[in-house]
Amino acid sequence: MLDAAPTDESLLEISNIEVIYNHVILVLKGVSLSVPKGGITALLGGNGAGKTTTLKAISNLLHSERGEVTKGSISYRGEKIADLMPADLVKKGVIQVMEGRHCFEHLTIEENLMTGSYTRRDGRGAVAADLEMVYNYFPRLRERRKSQAGYTSGGEQQMCAIGRALMSRPETVLLDEPSMGLAPQLVEEIFGIVKDLNEKEGVSFLLAEQNTNVALRFAHYGYILESGRVVMDGPAAELRENPDVKEFYLGMSEEGRKSYRNVRSYRRRKRWLG
Amino acid sequence: MSADFWFGVEVFLNGLMAGVMYSLVALGFVLIFKASGIFNYAQGVMALFAAQTLVGLQTGLIPFSHLINAIFGTEFHHFGQAAPDWWIETYSRGLSVLLPESISLSIAGFLGFYGPTILAIIFAALVMLFFAILVEKLVLKHLVNQEPIILFMATIGLAFFMEGFGELMWGSDVKTLDIGIEQGGNVWFEEKTSFLGGEDFYGFYLDTLDIYATFIAVALVLALVLFSQYTKTGRALRAVADDHQAALSVGISLRTIWVIVWTIAGFVALVAGMMWGAKSGVQFSLSLIALKALPVLMLGGFTSIPGAIIGGLIIGVGEKMFEFLIGAPYLGGATENWFAYMLALLFLVFRPQGLFGEKIIERV
Repeated sequence: MLDAAPTDESLLEISNIEVIYNHVILVLKGVSLSVPKGGITALLGGNGAGKTTTLKAISNLLHSERGEVTKGSISYRGEKIADLMPADLVKKGVIQVMEGRHCFEHLTIEENLMTGSYTRRDGRGAVAADLEMVYNYFPRLRERRKSQAGYTSGGEQQMCAIGRALMSRPETVLLDEPSMGLAPQLVEEIFGIVKDLNEKEGVSFLLAEQNTNVALRFAHYGYILESGRVVMDGPAAELRENPDVKEFYLGMSEEGRKSYRNVRSYRRRKRWLG
Repeated sequence: MSADFWFGVEVFLNGLMAGVMYSLVALGFVLIFKASGIFNYAQGVMALFAAQTLVGLQTGLIPFSHLINAIFGTEFHHFGQAAPDWWIETYSRGLSVLLPESISLSIAGFLGFYGPTILAIIFAALVMLFFAILVEKLVLKHLVNQEPIILFMATIGLAFFMEGFGELMWGSDVKTLDIGIEQGGNVWFEEKTSFLGGEDFYGFYLDTLDIYATFIAVALVLALVLFSQYTKTGRALRAVADDHQAALSVGISLRTIWVIVWTIAGFVALVAGMMWGAKSGVQFSLSLIALKALPVLMLGGFTSIPGAIIGGLIIGVGEKMFEFLIGAPYLGGATENWFAYMLALLFLVFRPQGLFGEKIIERV
């Protein structure tokens, strides 16, 4: 068993990256963060804050959306990874679970999972063992193994997408918005499994999430992004207690509940970085 | 049963076999469309180019001989005679050490007769593989994530280029392609079936080449289906067809997949070009068989391999039966030329995704 707590060893280092889409749209304006081995690191923020872009910059899926990293550097285990193909990164142990699931709709659940092992060269036996492992973490997928993924429920598709990533034997999973469109109960279930995977299989996670409440309960460390900048970071437990985070992201404040209109005007006055 | 009925059956069978040929061409379109969302305008020209290469290799033509002759004033044409007799003799003598003479002779005879064709097919397949790699490196790689219409225009350019390149390489004259399968009615089949009708009925007239083409096409389709259903690469192909981004994210390299798909489409074009070329000669009009594939695709759906096959069969049988039952007696004949397009038009109006087009999975 691996220790649940993150180690000091940093796997992924991002320093001061800037991302521009289509040569004109500046999305990230200098984001720095680090993902320790064995931890769950949360990347929080509202719509358009740059969470997904950050993940895609790491996994090099930006190129296919005409985005590019124009400044800063991204390194994995001390090695620059900016010029690698997504496939090479998967071989190095970094895989992304994309926002909105993106299962292969016309493939069965089992075929979907098997595509995750595409880059592996360690033989059928090892892949079959991992398939069994995925089914043990997600028993629902075992039941639906012969169904076309397109006809399964949103929760099952999310599980399928995570399971598919696990089939590549990753060291680090970039998990984008796993709670999207799911019932609170299911969100809990999926985060519970993520926690399990982190503790038992030693998989490190970088988790982009809008659901601040859930994310901060399961993560070890958190970064808060706003308009392409990291505005705050700290251990998850501290962030949960921070009055600004409470007010802006958890909907709680000293004076009790406020009307939405007041929050907006308050927000205009008080900017994160002054 | 009257002779008329059996004559109708014969038309039906001929329609089925013509349909298989249409399916073969349509298959190439479906493969590329599924994997990359590109409507490959060059598919017909690919078939022509493959057939030209096949003839060239088989008959020992010197590539670019016209160009070389024009520049240097030389008179090159052929490398020499294909498969000389001494080759067969040496071969049979070598084999007779291991095998009884009668068997070794027949093997050597077979190789002497078919050897050049088999070699030429293998080399033509390699050329198509090389071509696929070039297309990926020079064209597709630079057009990742462009609009479908831009990719479509790129394939139009590709078609014109290949058309010219093929003629530059092998000459623009009409070539006959002899792959060792005789043409004309199959006598054996005709005799065996003549008992069915009355005195007026002489048995089914089926073209031997068509019969072979049917078997080859069926084998090809089976191989393709097995490949895409049961191999890792096949699964990756289907994954890419479903979702490019997700395929990238799990580490499937789109560029490799594109090379594989274009290679397979090249092989399909080679088989189609070989069969059509053997039937009606290798010449520019061969590239127009792609036009016949369009109604097949509209019927079967652009994204379905079974659709391409069944669509082809329906068009083949439909146009032959329509001509037989309605066209010739009531409309003055020659309906075969337009029937397929009329049918496709009806389908576009009433069922635009085709018979077997991939259902758009929408969860509510």
